[in-house]
Amino acid sequence: MDKQRVVITGLGVVAPNGTTLSQFNEAIRSGVSGIQHYPHLEELSFSCCIGGIPSISEERKREYFTELQLRNFKSSGILYGVIAGLDALEDAGIQRAEKNADPLWDLGIIFGTGTSGVDKFREAIYKVDEGNVRRLGSTTVVQTMASGISAYLGGMIGAGNVVTTNSSACATGAEAILLAYERIAYGKAQQVLCGSTSDDGPYLWGGFDAMKVITYKHNDAPKKGSRPMSATASGFVPGSGAGALILESLESAEHRGAKIYAEVLGGAINSGGQRGEGSMTAPNNKAVQRCITDALKNAKINPSEIDYINGHLTATVKDPVEINNWCAALNRSGKDFPYINSLKGMVGHCLAASGSIEIVSAILQLDQGFVFPNINCEDLHPEILSKVDAEKIPKQLVKTTLKTIAKASFGFGDVNACIIFKKK
Amino acid sequence: MTTEVIYAKLLPIIKRYLPEDVDTNTIQPDSDLTDELNINSAHLVDVVLDVEDEFEIELENSDIEQLRTMNDAIAIIQKKIS
Repeated sequence: MDKQRVVITGLGVVAPNGTTLSQFNEAIRSGVSGIQHYPHLEELSFSCCIGGIPSISEERKREYFTELQLRNFKSSGILYGVIAGLDALEDAGIQRAEKNADPLWDLGIIFGTGTSGVDKFREAIYKVDEGNVRRLGSTTVVQTMASGISAYLGGMIGAGNVVTTNSSACATGAEAILLAYERIAYGKAQQVLCGSTSDDGPYLWGGFDAMKVITYKHNDAPKKGSRPMSATASGFVPGSGAGALILESLESAEHRGAKIYAEVLGGAINSGGQRGEGSMTAPNNKAVQRCITDALKNAKINPSEIDYINGHLTATVKDPVEINNWCAALNRSGKDFPYINSLKGMVGHCLAASGSIEIVSAILQLDQGFVFPNINCEDLHPEILSKVDAEKIPKQLVKTTLKTIAKASFGFGDVNACIIFKKK
Repeated sequence: MTTEVIYAKLLPIIKRYLPEDVDTNTIQPDSDLTDELNINSAHLVDVVLDVEDEFEIELENSDIEQLRTMNDAIAIIQKKIS
């Protein structure tokens, strides 16, 4: 069977440095950080008291949710995911199904998350422990079930194809987009709203604080705290938000006369099996390199054609290892290495939402022809500099035509995802 | 508490859960909350919690089973507060 070609026709994003697509676009062009100091983290004795939380006004919430939906609503992940998802749908010019009409049989939703409604879950746990289970109300389940985000979006839009939530830690967002790509490529859907979201706050971030994988050194200078590729990177800064894309068959997009941002050429998902240097929390380098080379093969792209890489690059000691893996997989280094940047310098590590927010940033760069500045890496790590020429890690906005780009995300559980996009 | 007073306190609770396309003027004391007013049956538990808070009472599972209309709710509330 011939595969259908798949394109991107809509984008939506809720990030710590911009909660609309245009705001986010301006922020990444200018290198604006959305990281702030949060006193409640300090009150709770967190080592890391900085983070990235998108700011959504009560008024904006009411543009997307009814008063009834907002009653006892405590799921930040569903909030961000719904806003990003509905914005992407609107950007693509797709109408929601009317209330009494048939569902949109050819439109699916694959929207990932790591956890759902942790603040709602906390409230429920207190009530249950007090013997007050009868007071939980009717929305505890839908706010805390993993598939809450796809269920909320599915009902608001009237999706009639697959409606599901995937989960693969920090690879969730990239995985969602590849799952959507495959579904359309194999003719099982014409349009898929895909992406990922992440809750914010102490109950999600606490475990990372305890693992000492987030930085404790920048509480006094939050905007300098997230330092991908820097010699002084000392752990990531937790973030949150959501990224959303409308993937669509080329045929459907052309038939509608939709704006086409880019084509999804293909990609790969794999796991290092927690073998070799791979573990629950560290990647098997062989698997990472294989994921990248498999993605190129799947997309029928030569490594020399990659113009730009949107890295995973979290600002931990593993950044030089990631750079090594890209060099090995592409067999490129020095001045021959593609441009590379990490959005995490501006928004922190948005965990399950990271991949999709970063892919939105990558597609904006591909569409408009620029490479956003890497912030907080004025002191590039010497190991990285030994592999890649500094000009390929721009610290200022670079305006340049990009044709073919790569994005990879890696997650706990030793899981990897890599996608190749091409300018239409 | 008179029936009228209870009704006046109950009405805003019911309105809260009314679907957007159902006119609040269609609410009658004997309207079936789910079948006629189209309130999502999952929200009946929220109606009960709001009634408990408003009238400072606690409903039993058996009370909730009997709750179909505003009049049912008024009867249950009267019994509890008397």
